[in-house]
Amino acid sequence: MGKTLLQKVWDLHKVRTLPTGQTQLFIGLHLIHEVTTPQAFDALRQRGWKVARPDRTFATVDHIVPTRQRQRPFIDVMAEDMIASLERNTADFGVPLYDIGDDRQGIVHVIGPELGLTQPGMTIACGDSHTSTHGAFGAVAFGIGTSQVRDVLASQCIALEPLKVRRIRVTGQLPRGVYAKDVILTIIQRLGVAGGNGYAYEYAGDAIERMSMDERMTICNMSIEGGARVGYANPDETTFQYMEGRPFAPQGEAFARAKAWWRSIASDRDASYDDEVEIRAAELTPVVTWGVNPGQSIGVKGRVPGASGADAQVSDALAYMGLTAGQPIAGMKIDVAFIGSCTNGRLSDLQEAARIVRGHHVASGVKALVVPGSVAVQKAAEREGLDATFREAGFDWRDAGCSMCLGMNPDKLEGNQVCAASSNRNFKGRQGSPTGRTLLMSPAMVAAAAITGVVTDVRELVDEVPAGVR
Amino acid sequence: MGAEKIQVIEGRALPLRGDDMDTDRIMPARFLKSITFEGLQAHVFEDDRLAAARAGQVHPFDDPRFQGASILLANRNYGSGSSREHAPQGLRRWGIRAVVAESFAEIFFGNSLMIGLACVTASPQDVAALMSLVERDPNASLTVDLQAGTCQAPGQTIAISIPGHVRDALMTGAWDTTGLLLDNYEQVDAVAAKLPYLAGF
Repeated sequence: MGKTLLQKVWDLHKVRTLPTGQTQLFIGLHLIHEVTTPQAFDALRQRGWKVARPDRTFATVDHIVPTRQRQRPFIDVMAEDMIASLERNTADFGVPLYDIGDDRQGIVHVIGPELGLTQPGMTIACGDSHTSTHGAFGAVAFGIGTSQVRDVLASQCIALEPLKVRRIRVTGQLPRGVYAKDVILTIIQRLGVAGGNGYAYEYAGDAIERMSMDERMTICNMSIEGGARVGYANPDETTFQYMEGRPFAPQGEAFARAKAWWRSIASDRDASYDDEVEIRAAELTPVVTWGVNPGQSIGVKGRVPGASGADAQVSDALAYMGLTAGQPIAGMKIDVAFIGSCTNGRLSDLQEAARIVRGHHVASGVKALVVPGSVAVQKAAEREGLDATFREAGFDWRDAGCSMCLGMNPDKLEGNQVCAASSNRNFKGRQGSPTGRTLLMSPAMVAAAAITGVVTDVRELVDEVPAGVR
Repeated sequence: MGAEKIQVIEGRALPLRGDDMDTDRIMPARFLKSITFEGLQAHVFEDDRLAAARAGQVHPFDDPRFQGASILLANRNYGSGSSREHAPQGLRRWGIRAVVAESFAEIFFGNSLMIGLACVTASPQDVAALMSLVERDPNASLTVDLQAGTCQAPGQTIAISIPGHVRDALMTGAWDTTGLLLDNYEQVDAVAAKLPYLAGF
């Protein structure tokens, strides 16, 4: 009987079974940022502990950083306090920090892969639930809380229970105008926001195999929105091509040896799964969320639910969103358009959005902004002139960070504004205003909504929408 | 291990109705902008509480009848979303010492264990019965007994579930894991030494 990638990586990193019955798992890469670590470093100081593996720990700043006016000290005193705290902690404990002003700064889940820190077969932990993003490389990556950050800092290990594996096969050709974001939103809608509890999601099937690394990252990123703490795709030639030449990737002969090992940790053909699901790509359409969790979504041609009867959760979500049961989602007016985040803030996302935007202008009354996921993405986009495309169309072109995905920096919704967002969560108050409203969709759909001012089927806006998956 | 042994949690309860209560609602992100967890108890469900007040309602966390409660009653998929430990930290600091829910999101469940906040599950019918009971009689005292696997309330005792290792960790005070992970550290080094990506392939 073969093994899944999860089983192989788990077995390789297992230190022992703890008296509690949990597995002590070695963490190959620990990524840290300013928001979920100050208390963990304090705990280390109080107990007189060191960082066990500063050579396997890397820090950046993303959650609270402004996306313009980044000179220090920040205007926001609390933000300045947090960044200063991370600077002090990383200096004291010998951890490298990619700070504001460094070309390697960016959203932690964007820079890990970019730098080649993220590699197949690794265990990765970070104090952020979207750490599952790194699973796109065939890593097993966990979002953890601050006490577990403390544990990983002190011991480079965490205590965990084994996970079951659900294979989600996405088969066939995606229709044009349908993107990786639509695939994962559909998976979450079908399996539910708690459907992945206790599972790792293995994304497989020919549609996944044809996807770029950026697209696989979008899919793995939102695993947690379906309740799965871990999501991954098996490493293949696409993965290896992406890895080659990255600063922290093995070089020369070591790269050839690495490739052989990376291949060996992919799930075996005869591996058995705890559950299997198939998603037929040809049936998918562009998706938009209508409610207050990422499972509450419909096709852009659909009508919001609730017309047939009273479901308290549906009525509550509709009331919050200002929607009427049964109304079409297309045509809903937006106030803000946000392109960015660890879900969809990579170069290919910006390229796709720019293609829609080119030759158009943001609708009057709509505030639109593009926030690259990292300085590297920003610079690559600027080399292609995407910044000019967006600016000419009336978008703000910002510096890298998490920004309006969670509104911990000055980029926030105001009042009950409606935001078309390429990010990952439409929870109540998520984007920084307690009454703000979020519609999740692909970056191309956000671009379309920015131009028309309403939720729009991107396939109708331009004739030449390229296929999302090449 | 020096952590508190958590075996029985006794006290009044606070019913919080609704599925998929995400951690952004439990602790809005703006309150994460601090280098300590101090004071988070003031901001538990802050936006939901403000929204309730605006609608002329009283959120359970503002309801005078439920002040001082130590057991939170919740529905399905409690604590979904963000990995922010600030959510269970806020609840714990508010005074909640156990959560009885239909089910939990995985990261919230793990984060709660790390700070000694007991999360146990019960059937939807039993959770509904407890919520109704507490809404009728806010002074009712509940007892979550981890060893017995029960939650006792006046006139009824319901079954609760908790994974064996979680129960053991709470009951023996082994929920503060760092010390455990640092034991026999040569075993950790041995595992690391075998990893191709740390050995230059």
